[in-house]
Amino acid sequence: MMKNVVEVRDLVVVRGGRDVLPGISLDVPAGVTGLLGPSGCGKTTLLRCLVGAQRVRSGSVEVLGAPAGSGELRTRVGYVTQAASVYDDLTVGENLAFFARVLGVDRSSVDRVIDAVSLGDHRDQVVGRLSGGQRSRAGLAVALLGEPELLVLDEPTVGLDPVLRRDLWELFHRIAEAGSAVLVSSHVMDEAERCHRLLLMREGRIIADGSPDEIRANTGTTDIEAAFLHLVEGER
Amino acid sequence: MSARVTLAVAGRVLTQVRRDHRTLAMLLVVPCLLISLLWWMFADLTGDLFDRFGPGLLATFPFIVMFLVTSVTTLRERSSGTLERLLTMPMGRLDFLLGYALAFGLLAAVQSALAVAVSVGLLGLDVAGPVWLLGVVAVVDAVLGTALGLLVSAFATTEFQAVQFMPAFVLPQILLCGLFVPRASMPGVLAAVSDALPLSYAVDAMQELGAAADVAEVWRDVVVVLCFALAALGLGAATLRRRTP
Repeated sequence: MMKNVVEVRDLVVVRGGRDVLPGISLDVPAGVTGLLGPSGCGKTTLLRCLVGAQRVRSGSVEVLGAPAGSGELRTRVGYVTQAASVYDDLTVGENLAFFARVLGVDRSSVDRVIDAVSLGDHRDQVVGRLSGGQRSRAGLAVALLGEPELLVLDEPTVGLDPVLRRDLWELFHRIAEAGSAVLVSSHVMDEAERCHRLLLMREGRIIADGSPDEIRANTGTTDIEAAFLHLVEGER
Repeated sequence: MSARVTLAVAGRVLTQVRRDHRTLAMLLVVPCLLISLLWWMFADLTGDLFDRFGPGLLATFPFIVMFLVTSVTTLRERSSGTLERLLTMPMGRLDFLLGYALAFGLLAAVQSALAVAVSVGLLGLDVAGPVWLLGVVAVVDAVLGTALGLLVSAFATTEFQAVQFMPAFVLPQILLCGLFVPRASMPGVLAAVSDALPLSYAVDAMQELGAAADVAEVWRDVVVVLCFALAALGLGAATLRRRTP
C-alpha cells in the first residue's frame, strides 16, 4: 500500500481567538474518504489547511509528500469550496476554458470534465441561470480539469436531491478508481455508507477513524449516526 | 508571473463585462454625457470656461469609474470563492492584478477615446497639445483608478463598504486636485497634501495639455501617476494572501 495521501500531525489553528483545531492528527489514504461531523466542528478549516488556504499556528500538513500549499501542489490538488466558486455571469464552457488556461491544461480537458459531470446540455448556459445542483457540478468540473491526484470537496452534496447525490457519489468513486484520492466533507451522517473510509470529527478533533464497518463494530452500533452518538457520550 | 495567466484573467474580465450590457453602456456613455453637461452648463457664459475645466474633468472620469468598477468586481471575486480557488491554483498574485489592470485599461482606452472624441470633435474643446496624448493620460488615470480600487477592495468585506470608499478615497482627491482652486493658491498644508495625491498629477497633465502644452511636463506627470498606480498594485498584491486567517 502506498504512503498516505495526506498526513496531518498536531495541527493547531486559531481563528478569532478560538482554537478551531486544537491539535489534530489524521491520515487520508487513497480511495474515497468521508470527513463527517456537525456544522462548525472545523471541517472547512481542516480542508483549507490541506489546500494551503488557511493560516496555521503550528503542526505539519503533508499532501502527496510535500508541505501543504507548496507551489508544486497547485496543479496536483483540486479543491471545491462550499460556494461553487465559479463565475455566475459566464457560461459553463467559458468558466472551464478560463480555469483551463490558468492551470495550463489542454482545451480537450474541458470536454472531458463537462462529460464527467454530465453538463453537456448546459455548456452554453450562463452559470447563474443553472439550478443549485448544476452550479455545484460546474464547480466540481473546474476541480477535475487538472486531473488532480487529490480532490478536496467541501460539502459537495448539500441541498441536492437524492438522485443527484447518488450520481455525484458514483462520480467520486469513478474518480477514485481512476487513481485519485477523494476527500469529501459532509454533515449528513447517512452519506457515511458511501465512503471507503471515514473520519468522524467533533469540536476540532477526530473521534473515530476507519471503514464504516470497523466503526460500527467498534462501537457496537448499526449505523454511523448511532456510532457518533455513542462516541460522544463515551467522551463525557 | 505568467503572460498566459495574465491574459486569461484579462480575457475573462472582458467577457464578463461584455455580457453585462448595462454596465458596458454606462461605462462608455456616461462620461460622454457628463462632459456634454459641463459644456452646456457653461454655454451661456462668456470666456473659455469649458476649455479651462474640460480637460481636468476628462482626467477624473476614467479614474472614478474604474475605481468603482474594480473595487466592486474584485470584492465579488473575494466573496464568491473564486479568488480562493484561483489562489490554490498556479496563479501568481501579480498575474491576477495585472490581468485586471489590462482589461480595465483597455476598457478605459475605449471610454476615453469616446469622451475625447465628443469633447474635441463635437463640443469644440480647444486643446493646445496633441489630442492622442489626452487619450494616453486618460488611460493612465484609469489604470490608477483600477489599481487603487484593487487595493481598497482588500479592506472592504461587503459591496456596501466598497462603495463607501469612493467618498473616502476619491472625493478628497477631486477636491484637492486643482479643479476648483489652483493648487498653488491653496493653504500650504492642503497644497502639500495635494502634492501627495496621484489625481493631482493626472489633472495637472490634462490642464497642461489643454492650455500650454509643454509635452515634457505632461510626460513627467504621466510618469508620476504611473508610479502611484504601480505602488498601489504592489500593495494590492501584498493584500492578496494565499493563506488567510
